[in-house]
Amino acid sequence: MSKRRVVVTGLGHVSPVGNDVTSGWANLLAGKSGITTITRFDASDIACQVAGEVKGFDISQYISAKDARRMDVFIHYGIAAALQAVADSGLDDVPGLDKTRVGVNIGSGIGGLPLIEETGVARHEGGIRKIGPFFIPGSLINMVAGHVSILKGYQGPSYGIVSACTTGAHCIGDAARVIQYGDADVMVAGGAEGTISSLAVGGFAAMKALSTRNDDPATASRPWDKGRDGFVMGEGAGVLVLEEYEHAVKRGAKIYAELVGFGMSSDAHHITAPSAEGPARGVLNALRDAKLNPEDVQYVNAHGTSTPLGDANETNALKIAFGDHAKKLVVNSTKSMTGHLLGGAGGVEAIYSILAVHNQVSPPTINLHDQDIEGGCDLDYCANTARDMKIDVAISNSFGFGGTNGTLVFKRV
Amino acid sequence: MENIEARVKKIVAEQLGVNEAEVKIDSSFVDDLGADSLDTVELVMALEEEFECEIPDEEAEKITTVQQAVDYVTAHLNK
Repeated sequence: MSKRRVVVTGLGHVSPVGNDVTSGWANLLAGKSGITTITRFDASDIACQVAGEVKGFDISQYISAKDARRMDVFIHYGIAAALQAVADSGLDDVPGLDKTRVGVNIGSGIGGLPLIEETGVARHEGGIRKIGPFFIPGSLINMVAGHVSILKGYQGPSYGIVSACTTGAHCIGDAARVIQYGDADVMVAGGAEGTISSLAVGGFAAMKALSTRNDDPATASRPWDKGRDGFVMGEGAGVLVLEEYEHAVKRGAKIYAELVGFGMSSDAHHITAPSAEGPARGVLNALRDAKLNPEDVQYVNAHGTSTPLGDANETNALKIAFGDHAKKLVVNSTKSMTGHLLGGAGGVEAIYSILAVHNQVSPPTINLHDQDIEGGCDLDYCANTARDMKIDVAISNSFGFGGTNGTLVFKRV
Repeated sequence: MENIEARVKKIVAEQLGVNEAEVKIDSSFVDDLGADSLDTVELVMALEEEFECEIPDEEAEKITTVQQAVDYVTAHLNK
């Protein structure tokens, strides 16, 4: 039996470069950084004082202020991106849509850490009675999916996968399999994160994982550049509407791209240090699932976080997976502009990969002025300027703590 | 007394996301103002905060209308 095909029919996005897909994509192509000095809290005692904060976002455009008050911010971003994606897909206009066949899979890497932090302080200062009744439902990771299913009446599968920075990619890939397997015809899928808080930034800073380029935030995220010194935290959400191909065609839906492959793997190596073999195996698993050869791929939206180890490691992984063809790939890090959205990264980067295929253009990797060739970063990273190019197939890589890897493959329709 | 009633109504409106004009003295939180069980817990916490008092759980369960909230606060502020 041949697999049911899965296509992308809706996109939704809240990120440091824009609170909708159109503005975010335009800013990426223009090479605009969304990284600034942290304003969300006083970060003056933390080594890293820069982040990709979402700016000017108004949740009351999506849900009531009363409901919004009872959720942590990652849920806000996830709901906003999901409702944008659903609106974009036109699903609301489908007469007789079988909502028992529509599901939601939106995850988060760490969920409601700011609310956990805030509630911890309230409990410490005021005692146990200061823990509010919305603390638990306001911080649970699967509540993005829960709220979206309630808001839209979708009665199919509802869940969120958690796999650190691979969360978004895993959610999208697994949701596609739900459609392929026949458990749903439409899945709203992606990742969300909202943890620009002292506990989260302080935690990553304690690992020495973050850039300390505090004097020049816009250049702090500089993948494959010799001056890279760690990643920059971002926040936001990216959500897709995935739809079974015949279902989409029958209703005349706009199709951005086909999700033709998904691959996973584990490094089985170290909790934070990467290995090249693990991600390479994930890429190859995804290509096998897509029934494509390495030579069929033109564009890679890399994990590319701007860490000294990770950037060189991913380059090695791509060489293992693609062989000589690696040199012909455009390997792009949109994290150079958005920062690292952790559990939301796979979501927004799936969107950027889809738009690269859809619009036949690679966004730039900004701040790449002194490429670290000596360090092994010797591929074509689309430095500093967007490039019009032929893209039939794009892949999006995500790697997470715990050594978990995911790769999505999008093909032009 | 009137002051307490106004303050209670204001908190009820804020917590339950309704217009202050909709909040009557005999309004029931659940039946008239659309509160669910979690809303009522949070509402009591907000009343405790506003009036700097502690409302024990067994008393909180009996506060289901604006009037009952006003009565409770009035009785305990006068002590």
